[in-house]
Amino acid sequence: MASLKELKDRIGSVKSTQKITKAKQMVAAAKLRRAQAAAEAARPYAERLSAVMASLASKVSGDGAPRLLAGNGKNQRHMLVLVNTDKGLCGGLNSNLVKEAKIQAKKLIAEGKDVSFYLVGKKGRAPIKREYPNGIAKHFDTSNVRTPGFEEADAIAAELVEMFDADAFDVAHLIRPDFQSALVQNPTTTQLIPVPSPEVTEDSDAVVEYEPGEEEILEELLPRYVKTQIFGALLEREASEQGASMTAMDNATRNAGDLINSLTIQYNRSRQAAITTELIEIIAGAEAL
Amino acid sequence: MALHFELVTPARQVRSEDVHMVVVPGAEGEFGVLEGHAPFMSTIRDGAVQIYKTEGAEPETIEVKGGFAEVGDAGLTVLAEHVEA
Repeated sequence: MASLKELKDRIGSVKSTQKITKAKQMVAAAKLRRAQAAAEAARPYAERLSAVMASLASKVSGDGAPRLLAGNGKNQRHMLVLVNTDKGLCGGLNSNLVKEAKIQAKKLIAEGKDVSFYLVGKKGRAPIKREYPNGIAKHFDTSNVRTPGFEEADAIAAELVEMFDADAFDVAHLIRPDFQSALVQNPTTTQLIPVPSPEVTEDSDAVVEYEPGEEEILEELLPRYVKTQIFGALLEREASEQGASMTAMDNATRNAGDLINSLTIQYNRSRQAAITTELIEIIAGAEAL
Repeated sequence: MALHFELVTPARQVRSEDVHMVVVPGAEGEFGVLEGHAPFMSTIRDGAVQIYKTEGAEPETIEVKGGFAEVGDAGLTVLAEHVEA
């Protein structure tokens, strides 16, 4: 049985942990609202861009299609772009992402493909490195900026397109969290490069004039599209991180409360026991006289 | 009737309003868009978008970087990567 002092110290330490988790939860809740607003604000651009992409891609298909759209004709070397968070304390978010990446990697390897990783964010590095020590092609650090924005997406996309042009891989997939609510953030995998041909939603009869030309516009549009995808992933990551963190810290705060309650009961019982023993000793002493 | 003009960046929707005319710095030269313009699409170069709220009014200029402009039935949409208002 732990002594009274030990119990008291234990309660004190759990209490201070609870204060930390509570604070982290409130911070995450506030940040979540901002991250969600940012994700919301980015939607119009992405929607417009994919609409334009769809109408252009249907016109420029076949031999004239740019490489980013048509691919390089091979399907051997796959690159998994994994978007993780930089900080922990967000529940199972990162481990779920890593799990998804490993599932995808296993599937591709089973099909006889080569797999390498492009990691964004700190938290995916260690687990991926353990399993695929030579598989990490690049690690993009986002931990030195407070909120990763378009510049980071720009840099990542530029690097990926460059690697694609340098023939470093054939197909790239993007693995990112899909923010649904503070409770649910499922990892999703989408093909990034070559850009999957978007479905044509409407066929307008209007004759659109293009300047300079359809192909030139598409050529300029595709890297932008990749960039927007990555930007979206970063925003989703931000919202998911805060959402997951809020939920995890809420749980942690509640667990700490339960622990404090049970420790307090234990503490009071031992205190009572100590008092009773003392009384018995005194009474026994008095009787002995 | 006025031209519906939207200026959108990845971070946010900068403008969504009805204006008289917008002059866009297209890759092959500036072009002005009035209401009822034929469907048109162009990449843009870095430069200033000039917005004329009403006919003959002083234009409001917004610096844009990288992107493209699309004129459709719904009006003019400029997708720009960076905007300096």
